[in-house]
Amino acid sequence: MHGFANPTRFLSIARPLTPAFMVSGLIMVAIALFLGVFNAPADRLMGETVRILYIHVPAAWLGMAGWTSIAIASLVELVWRHPLAGIAARASAVPGAFFCALCLATGSIWARPTWGTWWVWDGRLTSMLVLFFLYLGYIALADASQKDAAAGRGGTSRVAAIFGLVGAVNVPIINRSVVWWNSLHQPASISIGKSAIDPAFLWPLGMAVIGFSLIFGAIVLMRMRTLLADIRIEARMRRLAAA
Amino acid sequence: MTQWTYVIMAYGLGIAGTAGLIGYCWFALKRAEARLDALKRK
Repeated sequence: MHGFANPTRFLSIARPLTPAFMVSGLIMVAIALFLGVFNAPADRLMGETVRILYIHVPAAWLGMAGWTSIAIASLVELVWRHPLAGIAARASAVPGAFFCALCLATGSIWARPTWGTWWVWDGRLTSMLVLFFLYLGYIALADASQKDAAAGRGGTSRVAAIFGLVGAVNVPIINRSVVWWNSLHQPASISIGKSAIDPAFLWPLGMAVIGFSLIFGAIVLMRMRTLLADIRIEARMRRLAAA
Repeated sequence: MTQWTYVIMAYGLGIAGTAGLIGYCWFALKRAEARLDALKRK
């Protein structure tokens, strides 16, 4: 794993991977959304609004996967002190927060015609909103600790890493919320090895999830490259100032 | 509002938001790389 600790080696891999992930992701999402809108049938109970599934589910998956990435990268940063782990965690925060917000917004839009309300304070929706606030807190904390470190005030990314690790407790709560508490939100339709969704809905959904995940990966790589460039700029400025 | 109105709202938000995020990250990367290249030439 430490073989990828060298930023130059990482960049040589990330540069070709970024457009590959982005282009394949965009193609898959375009096909999935086309099939979802024009080919998949309307649902017996939800009617045409079932098509929101192809945006809402990938957004929910990536909102939770984003924080899981932050937690894993934070653990690697704290335990193995991998130099790129903190950068990977910070790079996952903005896209994770975006997809979390998209999940909340599309869920609210979907709730109005199906539940008759834009919002209810039940376990699933509230825990997802808490995740969004955790993202905002993490972004602020990581940004502040990076600025402190750059200014030589002793701040490190360890505080953000601990926050990222502790915040991961919310991810299983979101996942199990529909089982633990009464909710208007339906329980999980897909679990390991089985699915309650008809293949007509499942195929475009699978493509949308993979496609959006590839786009998420490309965005994380872009943000990692940006953060690495910013660190190099900072180091170079300090060298120029000292000279 | 018809059911399709809600579908269009969700898709519009998803597509415009994702495109905006990609654009923001892309321009941030290009700006940072350009700054780094300019510093390297100093």
